[in-house]
Order: sequence, then structure tokens, then C-alpha cells
Amino acid sequence: MSVSTAFEKARADGRAALVGYLPAGFPSVEGSIEAMRAMVDAGCDIIEVGLPYSDPVMDGPTIQAAVQQALDQGTRVSDVLRVVEAVAATGAPTLVMTAWNPVERLGIERFAQALVDAGGAGLITPDITPDEAGEWTAAADARDLDKVFLVAPSSTPERLQLTVDASRGFVYATAVMGVTGARETTSELAAPLVERTKAATDLPVGVGLGISNGAQAAEIAGFADAVIVGSAFVRTLQHDADLRGLSALTADLAEGVRGA
Amino acid sequence: MTTAAWAPDETGHFGRFGGRFMPEALVAALDELDTAWQKALADPAFGAEFERMLRDYAGTPSMLYDAERLSARAGARILLKREDLLHTGAHKIRNVLGQALLTKRMGKQRVIAETGAGQHGVASATAAAYLGLDCTIYMGEVDTERQALNVARMQLLGAEVVPVRSGSRTLKDAINEALRDWVATVDHTAYLFGTAAGPHPFPSLVLSFVRGIGDEARRQCLELTGSLPNVAAACVGGGSNAIGLFAGFLDDADVELYGFEPGGDGVETGRHAATIHNGDIGVLHGARTYVLQDEDGQTLESHSISAGLDYPGVGPQHARLAETGRATYEPVTDAEAMAAMRLLAETEGIIPAIESAHAVAGALRLAPQRQGQTLLVNLSGRGDKDMGTALTYFGLGQADA
Ligand SMILES: Cc1ncc(COP(=O)(O)O)c(C=O)c1O
Repeated sequence: MSVSTAFEKARADGRAALVGYLPAGFPSVEGSIEAMRAMVDAGCDIIEVGLPYSDPVMDGPTIQAAVQQALDQGTRVSDVLRVVEAVAATGAPTLVMTAWNPVERLGIERFAQALVDAGGAGLITPDITPDEAGEWTAAADARDLDKVFLVAPSSTPERLQLTVDASRGFVYATAVMGVTGARETTSELAAPLVERTKAATDLPVGVGLGISNGAQAAEIAGFADAVIVGSAFVRTLQHDADLRGLSALTADLAEGVRGA
Repeated sequence: MTTAAWAPDETGHFGRFGGRFMPEALVAALDELDTAWQKALADPAFGAEFERMLRDYAGTPSMLYDAERLSARAGARILLKREDLLHTGAHKIRNVLGQALLTKRMGKQRVIAETGAGQHGVASATAAAYLGLDCTIYMGEVDTERQALNVARMQLLGAEVVPVRSGSRTLKDAINEALRDWVATVDHTAYLFGTAAGPHPFPSLVLSFVRGIGDEARRQCLELTGSLPNVAAACVGGGSNAIGLFAGFLDDADVELYGFEPGGDGVETGRHAATIHNGDIGVLHGARTYVLQDEDGQTLESHSISAGLDYPGVGPQHARLAETGRATYEPVTDAEAMAAMRLLAETEGIIPAIESAHAVAGALRLAPQRQGQTLLVNLSGRGDKDMGTALTYFGLGQADA
């Protein structure tokens, strides 16, 4: 199921969508399923299931540590697909966020088909650009899978156009020049980037990197179609295993995207 | 001396290898670098300044040495390209002087680099000191421990050395951390990449700065012997010294090219870093190439007695040369490399870097079938940095032993 259903619903409510990320296998495979379900229950509209990768170049310390834990515990690509299936069963559109090599390793066609079979919506591919994504684009288009590429404050107008034209589902705007990690203040680079991106496409535009609380979410929701949160969820889950903190954070963020 | 047949396409692909698998946030910087580099290459003033620095500061051309005593033992004539005699003790100085000069030309004030053995880190810190740039070096914590002397050298040269504690705490993780720095500082920082790997334009850019190795060696070999060598051989970590040597001979179809990869405990043990020989095609650090990886595409930890070769990827142009058969890549074990280190020391009075000893060992393996032939070996660096390893490995250091 494409993420577009979630965006339509949010738009009908007159609000931004809340997108939550966790790595599969953190704190355990079952634990990550329960956590993501709790996030859906408490107000996440879309879930990003992270595929733990040995070389998480674009991640800051919080997600690196969670990913390492998942790998040390033996989390496999097959586990990631199992998590996708369990989360997608809630009805929330579920994307896989992955480094590129695991996709090539399984085979791009096979990966795409496995994603369809698990009920996944598509892929977020942070470490490649449409320039190198020809085969993935074909495999995704043949199956109506979402292709979420990233735009950055440093993207030139030409590259921004190329990227949005290759995207399906939504466009991911990285609000800071830097790696993942919760930040205290929202970046002043986010709003101009969203504005440029929206001028280039009708697709929804989500903002990620650094958002950690409802107030920041409300600020971002003022100009973006989705608020994407990762490290803050991971950090919360690191500190309390019973999911109450996670649900409370989700509720705070969900209130934020409703402009509270 | 064109190598056009082996040049990449406009977006950095060598056949199906290479390319640019990078976050969008870094694409503008890579494009900027590509443009600045192309312009610099076309500018005679840049070329002259680079040549002057290489000659007056680094000490090029490095000599080609006719290793007669080693040749007598080996059974074929062995010529050594003495990159170990360059300033900082390895070929790496060529690459960093080129990249640091380019950095100045681009108006950036800060450089960052990753390092494994510390050789590229020392070279980068040296170039930064020489050209007045701020310098931060990322080095895996495991490597900072096994190469403590090089950490001290970098610090003395005014660089900040950051120990990397993530992942396997070695070279690949140092690259990850350097990339993390770069994405946040790209407006004023240049990434001096240490080998002929990574995203476009790095493989080609590095090649352009190290190709003096092969161009000089070709000329020197013709002067010395009246003909080209039968074999040109080098060790292969990421691939910079090897591609620098090969570049001089790619169009000489009769010159066989050999790359010697770190075989560690032996490829059959799984503890090695023989990426081309034993890896599979994948994407690591921005390029499609051979990668040591598991079934899920997770990078495997590599193993080598030589920190400078201990890397689970390899430059994409080598992947292409291997696939087409233009070059041959074979593993050399730790034990073979250490034996070659000792033999070269005892026969010629030259202590090579353990990296370079892999190339010597490989040539020694080829020699018996090649009597009357000339084998040109790139001696990429000197062994001073490896004395700790040699001391332990050979049980040296006791005067009465
Ligand atoms: C002396 C020496 N030779 C070879 C290498 C391997 O690098 P490359 O394969 O890029 O030449 C290193 C790396 O540190 C080195 O120090």
C-alpha cells in the first residue's frame, strides 16, 4: 500500500503526517515489531523500518548504536521483511529505509518482490540518488512501489528536479547538512528547502533529521506535509523497554503535527 | 601515453564498476570537486606547481633500483620502484600533495582524511602543514593502538587525530566517520581520500595524482634495460599505488600487470582481505566494486598483518581490470609477506613496508617461471612504521637472541 493513502487522510484532517523510524531488530526482532505497533497506535501514520547495515555512513551515534545492537543479535534481511509484514498488517503504510548494498546483494528484482509480498509500500534509499537507481526505478514502477529519494539543502535546482521526478510516494527533505540525531532546535535550512521542493513537485514533502519533540513537530508541520522522526524514538526505546515512553513521545509528536 | 580505453565514462563508471553511490547531500560537493579538478588538470600553472612540489618537496622521481642480489635469489631480474624513499616514506605523498593543492585552489581551509596504517594520515598531515591547512584525521581505535607512532607523527605535524570507536574500529569505520564529518562541513572542508576508491571522481582523481609512479618507472625501465618490463607488480589495498604503477603500462599490451592482495592467514581460513580474489560485486563507500560481504550484503571484517591493506573493498578500476583480464590479482599471505620483508632486508639492505612486501612476495612467486624476464615491483613504502609488528613477528629486539 502506497504512503499516498496516509497523506490523503492527513490532508483531509488538515494536518501533516507523522512518520516514525526504528531499525528492525532493535531492541530485538519481536521488540521492534511491538514498538512499531505501539507507534502506530499512538499516532504514527507511516512507519519506516530500518534495515540494519554494517556501515551506516549517514547515521549519528544513537542510530549507529541501535543498528549495531540489531546486527550483533543476528538480525537478517529476512527478519526485516518479517517486521515489515507485521507492521503493514496494522494498516499503516510501511516503508523500508535501507543502505543500497543489501538490496543489490539480494537482487533488486527479488528485493522488490519480497517487499510486495510482505505488504511493504516501498523503499527509502538515503545513500543513492536517482542517477544510480535505474534498475530499482524499473522494478518499483512495475510493482507500484514507492521510491523515496532525498533532497538536501545543497541540492542544485537541476538535481532537485531530477530527484523529485524520480520519486513516488513522497520526497524526503533532509533539514540539516549532517547525520541523523535528535537536535534541540529545528534547522533554518528546512523551510526554504521545502519551499523549493514543493515548487518542483506535487508530491508531499517530508522533513527529517533532528526532530525530537512536539513543539518542533508543530513548527515543521507549519510548512511540510510530513514530520519524520527517528533518533528520538530510538533514544527513548533505549531508555525504557515497556513502550510507555515511546507511546508518550508519539502522542506528543502526533499532537505537534496537528498544529497543537 | 593515453589510457583512454580504460578511462571511465562521464559519470565515473568503469564498465559496470565505479559510479557514485552517495547521499544527495554530498553530490554537490563531489560535482564541485570534479569541476575544480578538471579545470586544474587543464591548467598548466597547476601542473607546474604540482610538479614542483613533487620534485622539490616529495623527492620525485623516485629511483628505479636494479635489485641484483634479490634477483639472483629469485631467478628473474627484479627492479624496485623506490617509492619508499619519498618524503613521509610512501607513495601516498603524491596523492595528498595533489589533493591539498586542489583544496587551496578551491579556497577551502580545512582538510579531513581517514587512515588505516597511518601512512595516509601522516601524508595528509604533512601536506596540510606544508600548505597551511587545518587537518583532522579519522583513525580506527584498533589502528591507533597498533600504529601509535604514526598517531604521534600526525599530532606533531599539527593534526587532530580522532579515534573511531564504531563498527570494527578499523579503516572502513574511519572512512564512515570522515564521511559523517564531511557531510556536515562540506562548505569549507575538503576530504582527502586516501586511495583510488570511493565515489566518482575520487578513483580517477587519485589516479591522476599518483600516475607519476608508472610514468616514471616506464621511462626509467627503458633507460636502464632498453625495453619494457615483462611484469609490473604492486600490492593492492584500496589500489592507489597499484593503479599509479599500472597507469604507465595499461596501453603496453605486452606488459603483464599483477596486483597482490592481502591473503592474511590464507584465503581458505576466511581471515584475509583479498577483495577481488574472494569478494563479490557490491557497493561500498560510494562505488560498485568487489566487496567482502556476507549473504545479506553486510560488510565482512577484513584481516591482514598490514594495516594499510586491511580493507574489505577495492578501487573500481581494479575491479574492471580484473574482470577484463588486463590485470591479474592474487592473494599473498601474511607469512609470505613477512618472509619477503626479511629477505629484502637481508639481501638488499632495504626494509619495506609490510604492504609493499606483499608485492615483493608476489614477484618472488612469479620469478621461477620467468627466467630471463624483468619484473618491475612497486616498493610503495618503507618499513619503519612496521618495526613493532616485525619485532613481535620475528621475535626481534633482544641483542643476544
Ligand atoms: C606503503 C603502503 N603501500 C600500500 C598501501 C595500500 O594502499 P593502496 O592500495 O591505496 O596503495 C598503503 C596504505 O596505507 C601503504 O602505506
